[in-house]
Amino acid sequence: MNKKSVLWSLASLLVLTSMLLSACGASATTAAPAATEAPATDAPTEAATEPPVATEAPTEPAASAGPSCGTDPVVLKASFETGFDIPFKLAEEFTKQYPNVTWDIQQDQFTNLINSTPRLLSGDNPPDLLRLPTMVTFAEQGLLMNLDDYATAFGWDEWPVPQLNQNRVAEDGSRGSGALYAMGLNYSLTGIYYNKELAAQIGMTESPKTVAEFEELLAKAKDAGLLPIMQWGSAKSGMGLAFPLQNLMAAYGPVEPINDWIFQKPGATIDTPTNLIAAQHLEQWIKNGYFPPDINAIEYTDANARFNQGEGVFLFNGDWQNAGHDTAMAGNVGFFLMPPAEAGGAPAAMSAPLTYGIAANAKNADCAAFFLNWVGTNDEARTINVNIGGSNPGGPLGATIPPAAAGSITNETLAAGPVVGEAGTSMDFIANATSAIFAQGWTPELQKMVGGQQDAAGLLKAVQEEYLRQLEQ
Amino acid sequence: MPAPSKPTATSTVTSDDRPVASALSRWTSLSRVVRREAAIGWLFVLPALLMYALFVLLPLLLSIQYSFLRWDGIGPMTWVGLKNYATVLDDPDLLGTIFNAFKLVIFFSFIPVTLGLVVASVIHRVATGRLGAIARTVLFLPQVIPLVAAGIIWGWLLALPGLINQILRAVGLETFARAWLGDFDWALPAVGLIGVWVLLGFCTVLLLTGITKIDPSLYESARIDGAGWFTEFVNITIPLLKQEIGVCLTVTVIAALAAFDIVYVSTAGGPGNSTAVPGIQIYILAFTEQRIGLASALAVMLMVLVLVVILPIQYLSRESTP
Repeated sequence: MNKKSVLWSLASLLVLTSMLLSACGASATTAAPAATEAPATDAPTEAATEPPVATEAPTEPAASAGPSCGTDPVVLKASFETGFDIPFKLAEEFTKQYPNVTWDIQQDQFTNLINSTPRLLSGDNPPDLLRLPTMVTFAEQGLLMNLDDYATAFGWDEWPVPQLNQNRVAEDGSRGSGALYAMGLNYSLTGIYYNKELAAQIGMTESPKTVAEFEELLAKAKDAGLLPIMQWGSAKSGMGLAFPLQNLMAAYGPVEPINDWIFQKPGATIDTPTNLIAAQHLEQWIKNGYFPPDINAIEYTDANARFNQGEGVFLFNGDWQNAGHDTAMAGNVGFFLMPPAEAGGAPAAMSAPLTYGIAANAKNADCAAFFLNWVGTNDEARTINVNIGGSNPGGPLGATIPPAAAGSITNETLAAGPVVGEAGTSMDFIANATSAIFAQGWTPELQKMVGGQQDAAGLLKAVQEEYLRQLEQ
Repeated sequence: MPAPSKPTATSTVTSDDRPVASALSRWTSLSRVVRREAAIGWLFVLPALLMYALFVLLPLLLSIQYSFLRWDGIGPMTWVGLKNYATVLDDPDLLGTIFNAFKLVIFFSFIPVTLGLVVASVIHRVATGRLGAIARTVLFLPQVIPLVAAGIIWGWLLALPGLINQILRAVGLETFARAWLGDFDWALPAVGLIGVWVLLGFCTVLLLTGITKIDPSLYESARIDGAGWFTEFVNITIPLLKQEIGVCLTVTVIAALAAFDIVYVSTAGGPGNSTAVPGIQIYILAFTEQRIGLASALAVMLMVLVLVVILPIQYLSRESTP
């Protein structure tokens, strides 16, 4: 028994520690699932590995002599994200139009892509086209193809500047300028969703024009015994209060310093006087009981489900969730952009591309680039993008956006896009500044604010310190 | 296990005129047999040993090596000496995870072992036969359910609209209703409760097996002397279960200090860092922050810590067995 117990304990000890250690020893890589990633929807994805049978005659290949898929059979090797239909539907349509192109698609959950992408990219047979969980590290490590030549060939340079800028990585590793390393399949937009019935109850007849007006509505909702804002906040999903906070930041200050911070420009700080005002507003909202009392335990999917069931007048979220709202509360959901602080100011919004890149050693890089161009320019592809992705398909300046189904909330989010675009007030997500700023900075500190253990000034200071610590490594 | 008979030189002394030489040759031939047996033994062990070396020892050594490096998992490695260890000791957030792990020991270890002792002795005394078998099965079930599934189910039970709060409201205790896993004061005990649920069955079954091996005549004579249940429990059951208790403590303390799955699935370390344990931090540091060196340093420190806690338990439970 003596021996047995020693052996037993030693065995379990070794197994446990070695599991932990080997987990750390494995070659790992970047990035937590950040806020831009809509946590996986429930929509089942098809096993799109089987190319659909071409039913139409091939349309002519690429325009003139630019990069194209040619006419010989091409098998595009791709790595897509599980849970999102959009790339699979686009691939299917692409093969319909270019039957010489078939697909070899492997798919995985976003969190697994984070671990597997570096190995995919550095392997012997890297994917031609892949969903990028993050970009900067791969670009710096030379694993991603520089797309500048394709940008010139296809004329992407003349597309609206903000579309491409988020996918540029400079020599110093900062994002926002430099060489192009990815394209967006589409461009998501965030803002405030509202329950039309409940909004009518509190006398909201039109969307608020200023933060003050919005805060009046919140107070009215509270007085009426309604939950003003439904939001998620569990560490498992990442803290959803980052959405209202960043919206408030953009309402009280310019968006450039926020983007500079996200893009890791030298000397950038999140701890600014206007951001402090924003954080103070959020703190006041928390103290006023505008968020659910159990927010620290609410996961992303639960928050959406509860909002869809009528709990909460408002919800801060992005257009990737449109299909879910359309199904669950058809006709009863509305959308507006976070209003500015002063009447007449420009509303701002977080907006991020669904990034796809090409491996540095891709065998069919031309064809993959041609596909990326096709997604932004082909009418059928753009229609699929709107109807299935719920987001703006981007593309060339002045390209019309195909309308979504009548009565879909997507029509409202699409209409809001140009407002932000023209004002130049689109931002990336503060949760995306570094791979771990969400998990190690925003989430715990905002949760502490909910628990009364952190104030507005302390929040910004703590996150800035964490940011510097992570950049230092 | 019976000790293998040792060939001894004394037994080989004969009337031969060169006793020493003969004894020696006899000894070497015997030893050759033993050595051959040993070689065969090693052959049997070899496959397992290879796997063990490849998947346990090698990662262990590599992790120790990584802990002295700065490495993102892909690029070049830089030797930084003990800097990663200094960082762990310097960073209050990282150090805090170790304190949280020790708080979990109370829930993962002390409560299941204490409660397991009581439950085992009650089952042994009252519920023999079928009832005892049912009780054992029910208590052991959590060991069979995958921890991830258990964590998700407990997440629902402990949510604000969940069953536990519904019960509290139904019996008029609505002031106690809260989002257990989202509350700064209650999240860690709530995670601990899940641990109690998981580990109680394991401890109970192990201790019950130990109790059934105790000579019933000891209890009989104690009863003749007028001992009650509690006296029997303290004076017979606990001392004679010392080794089983040692095993329970070892396994559960390791489960607490190296906790990952239950915590990750139920709270992921939140709210704030109130349930962050070393396992979670190691995971985030290695895979999210790509700081393989720092993550390995924390892992090595965790291993040393586990050893420091476990070895005394081993020593105490082994000593002076009657």
